[in-house]
Amino acid sequence: MLASFLHAAVIAGTPLSFAILGEILTERAGKLNLGVEGLMLMGAVIGFKTALLTSNPFLALCGAALAGAAGALIFAFLTVTLRSNQVVTGLALTIFGTGFASFAGQGLAGFVVPEQVKSFFHPLPLPLLSRIPFLGDVLFNHSIFVYAGYFVVIAAYFYLYKTHFGLNLRAVGENTAAADAAGINITKYKFVHILAGGVLAGLGGAFLSLVYVPTWQDNITTGRGWIAVALVIFCKWNPIRIFIGAFLFGGLDIIGFRLQGLNIHISQYFFDMLPYIVTVLILIMMSVKDSKESSPPAELGRPYFREDK
Amino acid sequence: MIQIVKKGETSKKKKILIHISALSFALLTASLFILIMGHSPLKVYLSMIQGAFGTSYRLSETIVKTIPLVITSLGIALAFRMKFWNIGAEGQIIMGAFGASWFALSYPHLPSWILLPLMALGGLIGGGLWALIPAFFRARFRTNETIFTLMLNYIALKWITYLQNGPWKDPGALGFPKIPNFHEHAVLPRLFGIHIGWLIALVLVALSALFINRTKKGYEIQVIGESENTARYAGINVPGTILTTIFLSGALCGLTGMIEASAINKTLSVEITGGVGYTAIITAWLANLKEPLIIVVSFLFAAMIQGSSYIQMAFQIPQSAAEILQGLILFFVLGSEFFIRYRIHIRRNPVKGVS
Repeated sequence: MLASFLHAAVIAGTPLSFAILGEILTERAGKLNLGVEGLMLMGAVIGFKTALLTSNPFLALCGAALAGAAGALIFAFLTVTLRSNQVVTGLALTIFGTGFASFAGQGLAGFVVPEQVKSFFHPLPLPLLSRIPFLGDVLFNHSIFVYAGYFVVIAAYFYLYKTHFGLNLRAVGENTAAADAAGINITKYKFVHILAGGVLAGLGGAFLSLVYVPTWQDNITTGRGWIAVALVIFCKWNPIRIFIGAFLFGGLDIIGFRLQGLNIHISQYFFDMLPYIVTVLILIMMSVKDSKESSPPAELGRPYFREDK
Repeated sequence: MIQIVKKGETSKKKKILIHISALSFALLTASLFILIMGHSPLKVYLSMIQGAFGTSYRLSETIVKTIPLVITSLGIALAFRMKFWNIGAEGQIIMGAFGASWFALSYPHLPSWILLPLMALGGLIGGGLWALIPAFFRARFRTNETIFTLMLNYIALKWITYLQNGPWKDPGALGFPKIPNFHEHAVLPRLFGIHIGWLIALVLVALSALFINRTKKGYEIQVIGESENTARYAGINVPGTILTTIFLSGALCGLTGMIEASAINKTLSVEITGGVGYTAIITAWLANLKEPLIIVVSFLFAAMIQGSSYIQMAFQIPQSAAEILQGLILFFVLGSEFFIRYRIHIRRNPVKGVS
């Protein structure tokens, strides 16, 4: 019972873990991208459409990643090259992405992901690991997409804290002028990580449309992009904490559905509110605690203009 | 060799010129989309204009769609001036509509002249209190208001969904989940063929402009927007000002909810906002948070929304095309600000060390 609940929580948390990781990389480069919701929707719709057209899971994933990257490119060009206001640009991206997804998704409602794609994402128990009692069932009996989620999170952790590039990236986010003076190509770092963030958000969206739902519905993300932005704060900009944040919210996502079977007399609509209420509570908690360790990259949200210094 | 230099003050004429060219580029980009879909952009744009202004009925529909945009933009502009990123207008509209509907459904037989002001009060308080929650935590603990206000949108929406399917469900609707229609006493009267919301909107524009430009509180809001630290050193009560301003911001959005529920829907439903809360963020920003400009930009956006619902019938272009167009316009205008603030020097002979 508990194992099956946690198993489902991991699946529900996977789109979030992609999106959170994407936003962590973006914010580490000093950019606050509020367009995650839009990016996820763009990835979700393009991934789904490509799957329908080609029945090829790889092409579907590539399509989703490219859609996310394209959206992020707009954001990067506007905020880095043209130094536009990050908050408003991110909002514009969400509005654009939402419109784009419902435009491109017109007439797709009711279509189901083709069998070839579906079977590619079927659960694949990992040898040995899946035989660990309890944990094996919860963590290692999943779709290859979920494993990919584990992999990118762990890889990003090592990238950020154990490589030269990661060190440079953190320098860009903490003190852009100093990083610039040290000869780091800050524009390149910002572009690369904003784009990587877009790719990850797009993939997170594709997980929803290809694996989780897996049919098309308008506004398929239902605010997960925004929750991801909030959870970046909860994760303290550290990828490894995504495992706590994303899977906790995965659990909240499905708890209402699970409890319905138990004859508890609380309206399902209150359970539907839970992820949003808990997000708010976490935001408050993190700000009340306000410790040095949980503070954002110092340059977050600030535009950088070399000639200003 | 390209060098970017900060400009001094750009003339007003030049600013308008830059914004208009940004708008043209957005329309050009959208034309590409329309071409790809196999339509003639010129025909589509012309019929959009026809759809928005072609007959007196369509024009009045455009004005009806302008009203909520204007009032909500005023509310958002108030918060944005303080750099308080209130993107929770959607939820504040919903809770305002909820407050108003509570009066409308609880006291349906009161005469209009008592009931309507009560509903307006319900709208103001519903929206204001809903905005006050994130404002309190922002003022007290510096909690991130952007995501907070947005989360409250979803919670408000779920709350109405609950009412619509549960305690407020119309028993006479044969099981269909809808809230009962208001009594006619709860419906706003018309003036010159359009519901009186247009007059309310104009009055509020004037009041907001006076408040921001002519009162001490308005001045303090602008100082906080420039720099919270400066405001603190100047002895301004920063938390207090945040709370009052955001209450007012939410109250304006809540009033929009009351007007839409009373004059348009004549009931409360989950579709009460029609996305106004998000569109108004764009209109407020494009109007540079200036009250008179808000009327102009809102009217243009209302025309675009009204026009795009018309081309949906004529060309089978989905209504969401309007959202894409809005996003594009905002992208181009955001990008164009660069050319207002900076000048690009192109030099023949590169100076060493400058890249």
